[in-house]
Amino acid sequence: MWSLRGRMAIVGVAEAGLGVAPKGWTPMDVTAEASLRALADAGLSVRDVDGVFSASAYYQMASVELAEYLGIKPRYTDSTQIGGSSFMTHVEHAVGAISAGLMDVALIAYGSTQRTDSGRLVTQAKPFAYEEPFRPRHPVSMYSLVASRHMHQYGTTREQLAEVAVQARAWARLNAAAFERGPLSIQDVITSRMISEPLTSRDCCLVTDGAGAVIITSAERARDLKQPPVYLLGTGTAHWHRHISQMPDLTVTAAVESGQRAYARAGLGPADIDTVQLYDAFTINTIVFLEDLGFCRKGEGGPFSANGAIAPGGRLPVNTNGGGLSYCHPGMYSIFVLIEAVRQTRGECGERQIKDVEVSLAQGNGGVFSSQITLILGNGATV
Amino acid sequence: MSDERKAPAAEYVRRLDAGHLAYQECRDCGHRFHYPRISCPSCSSRAVEFRDSRGLGTVYARTVVHSRNEPPYNVVLVDLDEGFRIMSRVDGVANDAVQIGLRVRLKGIEPGRDGVMPAPVFQPAEAR
Repeated sequence: MWSLRGRMAIVGVAEAGLGVAPKGWTPMDVTAEASLRALADAGLSVRDVDGVFSASAYYQMASVELAEYLGIKPRYTDSTQIGGSSFMTHVEHAVGAISAGLMDVALIAYGSTQRTDSGRLVTQAKPFAYEEPFRPRHPVSMYSLVASRHMHQYGTTREQLAEVAVQARAWARLNAAAFERGPLSIQDVITSRMISEPLTSRDCCLVTDGAGAVIITSAERARDLKQPPVYLLGTGTAHWHRHISQMPDLTVTAAVESGQRAYARAGLGPADIDTVQLYDAFTINTIVFLEDLGFCRKGEGGPFSANGAIAPGGRLPVNTNGGGLSYCHPGMYSIFVLIEAVRQTRGECGERQIKDVEVSLAQGNGGVFSSQITLILGNGATV
Repeated sequence: MSDERKAPAAEYVRRLDAGHLAYQECRDCGHRFHYPRISCPSCSSRAVEFRDSRGLGTVYARTVVHSRNEPPYNVVLVDLDEGFRIMSRVDGVANDAVQIGLRVRLKGIEPGRDGVMPAPVFQPAEAR
């Protein structure tokens, strides 16, 4: 059976315009800046790119628009837009396209200036007709519904949710690129402005500007490039619902299935993962994903992550950049989840670097716990 | 045209306008579901028919939305006794009393406006 394990590598990563973008820059300007930096990181040029991947709340034909801006005439293009997970899904699509001989070097990029533009989430998502009359605040109320059910069913506490944000902040304090680096206590989180019960403003991801880009190519091509290749060991996609009222069990996401697929393809399990990078749009995400990806049993994510267990020095390094809660969140965050997984696997994270990382797991989430993508990455020792 | 060929959403709204919360049931596999579709999401059969719910259910998940411009309001997911789930709101009781497990019954249908669907709204089951 054909196996993707070790056949593709991520060879370049970069961000740009994090926090607040340079004055007057458009979302495409920051996306292009991140793209050029990621290519420079890889030791490649725009002329080497023959596959372009993007998604955006600003540009409907995002990959076509990005290619025009950078002067790329690609032979493969993909603007798949399935929410914040899109860019990690683009990686899986790129694996397929490169394997099929349709392209060689993929640029995956995203950028947004939502903080500068409006100070709130910029989205093209239309309310679901059967939910719209009840005016849930999209998307936080949907995650609040999940949190309410998780608390009811498993006894997860308000304090445990808050501690996820506190631990993300502790990581952000080790990351000079993080947007929020001030002290944060459990009490601060609980007493912040209530948005949609039980979640307060500090349970919610940041609203920042920012762009990220990732370069992926075959393992053969990766060998003589500038950076040590970070190999794709496993990928897994799954989605079970689009709308929260259609989610079969609010406490179980399709990450269960995306994770199993990725583990099986990588030939690894949760015990083999050195760093865990999760799409933490809200504090409940971290708890649910730790369960669904097998780091603890269903319902135990609250106690498992409590008491500093996922903070610097804890038993499991989770969201080591500070996450969407404290590092950055320009609307669609998965490209940054992936970038941190790559950097930890390369070993270039400075003060926040985990020792002897060989394997990192990245989890992308789109919609309202809807589209799930798991990527497992390994350094040269794993292939 | 047979009943099945009507636009699913139009038939659903027609029933809402008549005061009923409708769901669909599959004649082949028995699966009951909401929102209205042309086929069964469990077995793909097109033999799906509308039924009116008795309007009794249990709160499955809850939140209360806080806003600077208006009083807080609750948003719930209700599991109807027939076996389907919808988003809704529980009226006639304090938001703090709208908790998971609360038994509720259909209070009525709020008319739609400006392209927004009519809304089935609930109240505590013991309310008169």
